[in-house]
Amino acid sequence: MEFKARVRVLDAEDIARIVKRISHEILERNKGAGGITLVGIRTRGVFLARRLARTIEGIEGCEVEVGELDISFYRDDYATRGGSASIGVTQIDFDINDKQVVIVDDVLYTGRTIRAAMDALMDFGRPRVIQLAVLVDRGHRELPIRADYVGKNLPTAGDERVKVSLEEVDGVDRVEIGEEE
Amino acid sequence: MADSYLIKGGRILTFPGGLAGEADVKVKDGVITEIGSGLSAGKYETIDAAGCIVSPGFIEMHAHLREPGMEYKEDVSSGSRAAVCGGYSAVFCMPNTNPAIDNSSVAEYVFDRGEDEALCMILPHGAITEGRLGKTLAPMGEMGTCRAGVKGFSDDGSWVMDSELMRRAMEYARTMGATIISHSEDTTLSADGQMNEGYWSTYLGLRGIPPESETIAVFRDITLAEKTGARLHLAHLSTAGSVGLVREAKKRGLAVTCEAAPHHFSLDDSSLVGYDTNMKMNPPLRSKEDVAAILEAIADGTIDVIATDHAPHAPHEKETEFARAEFGAVGLETCLGLVLTRLVGEGVLPLEDAISKLTVAPARIMDMERWGYQPCIEEGRPANIVVFNPELEWTVDAASFKSRAMNTPYDGWHLKGKVEHKLFRGKLVVRDGRLESGPRGRPPKAVNNGGASKSRKKSSESKVRG
Amino acid sequence: MAGDNGFRHLLSITDLEAEDIIKLLDSARSFAEVSTRPVKKVPALRGRTIVNLFLEPSTRTRMSFELAAKRLSADVMNFSTSESSLSKGESLKDTGKTIVAMGVDAVVIRSMHAGAPQMLTEWVECSVINAGDGMHEHPTQALLDLFTMRERLGRLEGLKVAIVGDIDHSRVARSNIHALNKVGAEVLLVAPRSLLPARVEEMGVSVTGSLDEALTWCDVLYLLRIQMERVNESRFPSLREYTLQYGLTQTRWSRLDRKPLVMHPGPMNRGVEIASLVADEVESVITGQVAAGVATRMAVLYDVLGGSRG
Repeated sequence: MEFKARVRVLDAEDIARIVKRISHEILERNKGAGGITLVGIRTRGVFLARRLARTIEGIEGCEVEVGELDISFYRDDYATRGGSASIGVTQIDFDINDKQVVIVDDVLYTGRTIRAAMDALMDFGRPRVIQLAVLVDRGHRELPIRADYVGKNLPTAGDERVKVSLEEVDGVDRVEIGEEE
Repeated sequence: MADSYLIKGGRILTFPGGLAGEADVKVKDGVITEIGSGLSAGKYETIDAAGCIVSPGFIEMHAHLREPGMEYKEDVSSGSRAAVCGGYSAVFCMPNTNPAIDNSSVAEYVFDRGEDEALCMILPHGAITEGRLGKTLAPMGEMGTCRAGVKGFSDDGSWVMDSELMRRAMEYARTMGATIISHSEDTTLSADGQMNEGYWSTYLGLRGIPPESETIAVFRDITLAEKTGARLHLAHLSTAGSVGLVREAKKRGLAVTCEAAPHHFSLDDSSLVGYDTNMKMNPPLRSKEDVAAILEAIADGTIDVIATDHAPHAPHEKETEFARAEFGAVGLETCLGLVLTRLVGEGVLPLEDAISKLTVAPARIMDMERWGYQPCIEEGRPANIVVFNPELEWTVDAASFKSRAMNTPYDGWHLKGKVEHKLFRGKLVVRDGRLESGPRGRPPKAVNNGGASKSRKKSSESKVRG
Repeated sequence: MAGDNGFRHLLSITDLEAEDIIKLLDSARSFAEVSTRPVKKVPALRGRTIVNLFLEPSTRTRMSFELAAKRLSADVMNFSTSESSLSKGESLKDTGKTIVAMGVDAVVIRSMHAGAPQMLTEWVECSVINAGDGMHEHPTQALLDLFTMRERLGRLEGLKVAIVGDIDHSRVARSNIHALNKVGAEVLLVAPRSLLPARVEEMGVSVTGSLDEALTWCDVLYLLRIQMERVNESRFPSLREYTLQYGLTQTRWSRLDRKPLVMHPGPMNRGVEIASLVADEVESVITGQVAAGVATRMAVLYDVLGGSRG
């Protein structure tokens, strides 16, 4: 199945501005960088988390810890998706107890990925607060989940696909809507 | 008229002579009365043999009928049903029963059971040693002169390891006019083996039975036969080494004969992948090279007889882990199909020679004349006839076997060649490929040879036949 | 890996392609990480039931599978030979059908009979995983061994692995030979002829009777356990002779400039295939194999039970 793009909704400059804005929003909401940790959902969420961390460090001058989360083992569609989809490694080398954890992902859709991420985080400890930052919110929630920080709201149809490309992975920064064919 | 048949339109196969053109055969009162062209039926029942071959019934030299003692696997009655569907007029059964056939009482028991219930002749082989334990000689003379007229002796299932004992057994057998049938296997080499030793046993992690366990034993048996002048028949040969030794022994003019089973010319040890216990036999399925040697030996006459080593087992004895499963496969109902498909159909040998290995050779080795059997279709002879269609294609279905057992490696195989009709002592026992029902739909009663039952009444007299 | 009964199985390494093996090793890495967390559990197999059917005694492998299943949040039942019905001679077929009647997702079976896991697939409606069948195979052992080799040495392709000892009776050797060949490693078997199975070279291995020759060549030295029964079968004269010819003695070990990675499927016979002092030195690798075992088995269970259902 190949992705055929129809509309480009965000380009590299848009994404850069979003990262800056969300970084400021995180700092504003949490009243500074103290106690903040970012946990990116593999794969692209991790790179977004790192970008946010760098930006926050640039603004506040202090280091922010970044973790990587693979939620394969916590998915609720395990029985149908199968067990051999490629699994990544989770790396959360720091203590999350009593911290403000911001989960970072590229696209928020049904909300199931975020539910799985929260379950996974709970196995690592007990954060004081969990917040959610996403690059794109495309609607169609199936669970009562909402993002605290949104790059762009993108109303989409169910049969459309949102494709996020990031320089670190795909060589370019952009977000497109299109179809699988 | 009852038991009067006109077998119409088949090609006659008779020995000597071979395969002739189409002809009709009339049978009455147990005897072939007339052979000719365009015979009219009159009051005779017509049996349609168009497209078929009308042949003497086959002789099975090596089957396990499990009676007495293991009737849950098979017995004389069920075994004979399987046999007649496979075209056999007589079945020699091995003495590894419980108790063993190592004396005249058990021998006569089995023989009488055959006369009472079987649809073909049932003739026991006797054990060489008492209890088949390989220690002391069994009474070959007494077994030979009893009703069952035992002239073939074998500890089949075991080899007579003790060479001195085998030497004496051969000398004694020679005097008694008997044949030693040897199951040649050096069990010190084959101990705990489950399948042929080779690449596949390594791959499957199963203990192997080296071919040398057979070849070494065959060499010893042939050497002792040469020394003693005994008649030796080697059972179920499976290796290139063995047939090489027999070929060379025959060149030297020794009275050595041998047999091979269909599974040893149609399957090799690669069939064991998947651990199908229906592929587990002893001797085991061997390498491709051994199979090629067996086929060559069949073609050049080194192998005299095709014998099935019909070895029925109950389902639970096969439906278990490979190493715990019993050895053996049934074979009476698939032999003809395999002979015609794999030997004749693939040009290994012509049809007459193939059928001769089921009739002429076993009849000669076991002296079937004394039982009134000759491998010929001739006026005046007893009517032990099989009518088979060499072109009929059929699929092996173990569930429909007449044997009590279903352990065959050939389930689902497509074979060409099947028995259509069978007459035994002039009575029709198989019609259109199915067992003939007796009166009121019950299975037909055994066909008693007047001579045999007469002799039972005369059991006080010592000599019977042979 | 797909079976005839519509379920996925792991019966033999020969059922896996090289890519399947690598995927399992990669996945095992993630599972190894789970075992370092404070909560050593993920909910992946929650609500699934796995039965350990150990018809041949084994503490280590059974515990390893049990731990792997539990860390995936599955429920585990244990049947072993000391339990009532099996020791009374109930057939494997009936045992299999009984277990399945209880509604089970997978059976992990160890048997002293080659082919038992294969047979079991005909009688059960669930996945079957081979935990060792007679002399045939022990697939998860080979996977955890490859995992260890890759983690320690960084590669598998072109790796030179010498396997020493009673190859003929070893299911561990057979599975490793298949697995190593598939991933492009080179295998050298070190044993006297009397401990080698027939035509073993046709499995794609080299053979030598000299341990010293193998030591100068190999990157990995995989030692197999030697058993007293083999002396009684005249496979070799005595344990002492075995140690002299094929044991990793202190002398041999200290003579080596370049020390290979020493591995052993356990338990070790100290003083026989390996000198006690050498065993102490290389212990960490061997205990590492144990941890690798849990992670690898988690990867296998996750893969086998993540079938396409629905």
